[in-house]
Amino acid sequence: MAALTLAGCGEGSIDEETKENESQAAEAGDCGEVNMAVNPWVGYEADAYVVGQIASEQLGCKVNYKELKEDVAWQGFGTGEVDVVIEDWGHPDLEKKFFEGTGDGSAMDGGPTGNVGIIGWYVPPWLAEEHPDILEYENLNKYAKDFATSESGGKGQFLGADPSYVQFDEAIVANLDLDFKVVFSGSEAASITAFQQAEENKEFLIGYFYEPQWLFADVPLAKVALPPYEEGCQDDPAKVACDYPETELKKILSTEWVAEGGPAVELVQNFQWTNEDQNLVAKYISDEGLSAEDAAAKWVEENQDKVDAWLG
Amino acid sequence: MTATLAPPAAGPRSPEPPETRERRTVPRWVWALGVIGLWVAVWALTKGQDTLALAGRENTDLHDSLTGFRDDVLANRDTNPVIQFTYGLGDWFGGVVDWLQRMLSIPDFPRPVPQVGWLGITAVAAWVGLAVAGWRIAILVALSFVSFGAFGFWSDAMDSLIVTFVSVAVVVVVGIPLAVLLGTSGRATTAVVTTMLDVLQTLPAFVYLAPIALFFGIGPSAAVICTLIYALPPLIRIAGHGIRTVSSTTIEATDSAGQTRWQRLTKVQLPMARRTIVVGLNQTIMAALSMATIAALVNGPGLGLPVYRALTRNDVGGAFVPGLLIVVMAVMLDRATTAASEYGEKTARGRVDLRLRRIVLAVAGIGALVAVYLSRTYSSLAEFRELSWGPQLADAVDRFFEWFTDTFRDVTQAFKDAISSLLLNPLQALLSESPWWLAAAAILALAVVFGGVRAVVPTVLCLAGLLFVDLWHDAMVTLTMVLVGTLLVMVLAVVLGVAMARSRRTDLVLRPLLDAGQTIPPFVYLIPVLALFGPTRFTAIVAGVVYAAPVAIKLVADGIQGVSPTTLEAARSTGSTTWQEITKVQLPMARGSLVLAANQGLLYVLAMVVIGGLVGAGALGYDVVLGFARSEEWGKGAAGGISIVLLGIMLDRIMRGAAGKDRPVRDPAQPSRWAGVRWTGSLRATR
Repeated sequence: MAALTLAGCGEGSIDEETKENESQAAEAGDCGEVNMAVNPWVGYEADAYVVGQIASEQLGCKVNYKELKEDVAWQGFGTGEVDVVIEDWGHPDLEKKFFEGTGDGSAMDGGPTGNVGIIGWYVPPWLAEEHPDILEYENLNKYAKDFATSESGGKGQFLGADPSYVQFDEAIVANLDLDFKVVFSGSEAASITAFQQAEENKEFLIGYFYEPQWLFADVPLAKVALPPYEEGCQDDPAKVACDYPETELKKILSTEWVAEGGPAVELVQNFQWTNEDQNLVAKYISDEGLSAEDAAAKWVEENQDKVDAWLG
Repeated sequence: MTATLAPPAAGPRSPEPPETRERRTVPRWVWALGVIGLWVAVWALTKGQDTLALAGRENTDLHDSLTGFRDDVLANRDTNPVIQFTYGLGDWFGGVVDWLQRMLSIPDFPRPVPQVGWLGITAVAAWVGLAVAGWRIAILVALSFVSFGAFGFWSDAMDSLIVTFVSVAVVVVVGIPLAVLLGTSGRATTAVVTTMLDVLQTLPAFVYLAPIALFFGIGPSAAVICTLIYALPPLIRIAGHGIRTVSSTTIEATDSAGQTRWQRLTKVQLPMARRTIVVGLNQTIMAALSMATIAALVNGPGLGLPVYRALTRNDVGGAFVPGLLIVVMAVMLDRATTAASEYGEKTARGRVDLRLRRIVLAVAGIGALVAVYLSRTYSSLAEFRELSWGPQLADAVDRFFEWFTDTFRDVTQAFKDAISSLLLNPLQALLSESPWWLAAAAILALAVVFGGVRAVVPTVLCLAGLLFVDLWHDAMVTLTMVLVGTLLVMVLAVVLGVAMARSRRTDLVLRPLLDAGQTIPPFVYLIPVLALFGPTRFTAIVAGVVYAAPVAIKLVADGIQGVSPTTLEAARSTGSTTWQEITKVQLPMARGSLVLAANQGLLYVLAMVVIGGLVGAGALGYDVVLGFARSEEWGKGAAGGISIVLLGIMLDRIMRGAAGKDRPVRDPAQPSRWAGVRWTGSLRATR
């Protein structure tokens, strides 16, 4: 016990730090709290922690990160449990429920993040290199047998995605007369593992994937060309026979939180960056194994000029 | 075969008894083969018709109306009194957890640290261990707490303990009265309560996460509520059983002294059932801990969060370390509660020197208070200084796992393909490509063959329910996976269970591994299994087998150990080989345990079906995951959850019928560590 006491005495006492915190809080002014939803993919984490890092370190807000799936996160707008969904890939159904006009008005559009979401069909790079014609959908049937697995019942396997993502692959397969069966990977982790292993073991794999995504730094997947997207070609989910459109990713904010105002609201609304920015932070997190906080801090330090623009 | 099932007196060592004591009837497996033969024949003619398959995103009216119900609740949440009430309740739980967190796990601003630091908490916890269970447990508790900090997850571990503690406290308040009700009321009430518990225990946690978030908000309140729902049934069941089985002679004896019902309950039944109640409490704590990762999906605080976060970035090692700490916590709480009940008994019998104990506790208590004071004053005693143990262990696990998948992937893929093409695909073709009426009739016929008339009504009701919720085809695919998974579980259970029962050393090596297998969150091994088998049905089956095998293996080992040594001795004296000894004596005599193991295995595998939806297994698991992920598919997800419950109840009732036909040879009420399973014969009672 005596030894422990001695060890303890070497450090500053907690009382001193408490006083310091109190005076700091008094100086920083009142930024208040930011309830930041964290949806389960690394790109999202990059956005969330960069904005959160700036809010807490440079504006003195208290940032609460909440790990939630999209659907649950949106439910939190009305109850004050969530203020910000920082990267939204388009949820018309949720917008209908929570936006002003059709819904209860608890949520609102917070403007674009500057990222562009590219959804599509991808194959591992070795496959694109060895069979370049595979990148045109017209040639896929030629290879269908090579894509067959124990799950695809004799047809080629197409690996669908996490259920929460926007996807029409079954319809596309049917309407383009492709000899494929959609098998749902069920989660981002499952899709990533499948692509990594297909590249490593030179196996045939085709599936749903998207940018921005840190995996591209590791395994630069090649995109298969589908009939190009045209306005309205995805209106009837059963008749889709075209590629996915590029999605402008945006922020969704709690109406009440925006009404209260404050420096954090401004920061979130001003926040805009590029796919490269996000991929870099995502790579810090998933490839270099930094915690999301450290990765965000590192990027903020390297890019103070961009940050200053958001701080206005 | 049937002859060996007769009571031991019939002499199970003789393979063909000279006289049959019961009239020889056609054995069950012949009937079963007949049914299956007929099924295949009709299937060949009708396959592909009326399979009730839905296309990927197709929803039926029922699904839409369920979604509509959710939307209505959501739209009216500001005015609906029920929701206002549940929100209030959620707020209250959230408040309690928040207060405890500021005391123990997160900085209580403006303090840079919680009110009590690690040294103080560890000392107090160890003191509690000392007080309720003796010094060995005190040391175990202290070491466990230090390991939480040393591996870098101190505050997450404290959060887990807080959520567990609050949930279990509520479980006790709600559960003990219900257990008394279950233990003292008549058949009808018992049947109602038991069925409700069955439903609660079969319902996949994923299914009620979304409604809970809807009614109670997200974060700690949702975590407490879903943990509560999951952890309540074991206590009610096991404590209820304990109260019911208090010897009737004792009750009569004290009744004749003229006691009231209340006196009988508080003076006789509850005290005499104390040991069993503690077993129930122990199971409840284990169940609460196993919810940790699932609760992380609604932002429940605790060790589940880092596990879940690591998995979203495919970081196996990163998930392993907090997963391991959950196991450490489970072992600590398990040993502590078990030891506490034994220690309490010892004290009650006056075998502990009370004066000495008081002095020791007082001295240790002062020490603990000093530790609390110190941890409030000095940073290094309040906050764990960062050690590199956690990351180092994570790296080692990563390296091992990479080597393992690289080395064995070809073997595992071949194994997967073999099982898929030989077992899974044909069975799935039969079940899911049969017209619904054919599959339903065949299932009913098999239910009668195996479960007897008792199984008819539940089977018919469950089949009708499956039809009603409009996911028949998916249910059949899921049933296929569950059956194949159970088969694999039973192969493992028989091989390893026999090995454990016959060799003390094997038992010593395997048992801790099985304990860990039961507690480590399924999410932790999902990614490695995924890397070995790819996103397939088989991955889900393997995850289910890992989850279910420990219970089944323990049950079989337990059953075989229970075969009377005299019978075994008799067999040996006639010169049986080891093989004969196992197949002619031990396995047949442990048949009750085998049936129970199969039942448990089946229900555990079914419970993993939802998680399988996350790794490409499709069917009901995918429906449930989809419903949780996309708001417009909520109704379909709910229907998927209901289908899983119906499948579970149906299979359980058929198995119970089968078990009822061959009464277990052993006295089923003998208290043991696996008592929960033995008594309840239902899902997850041992967790």
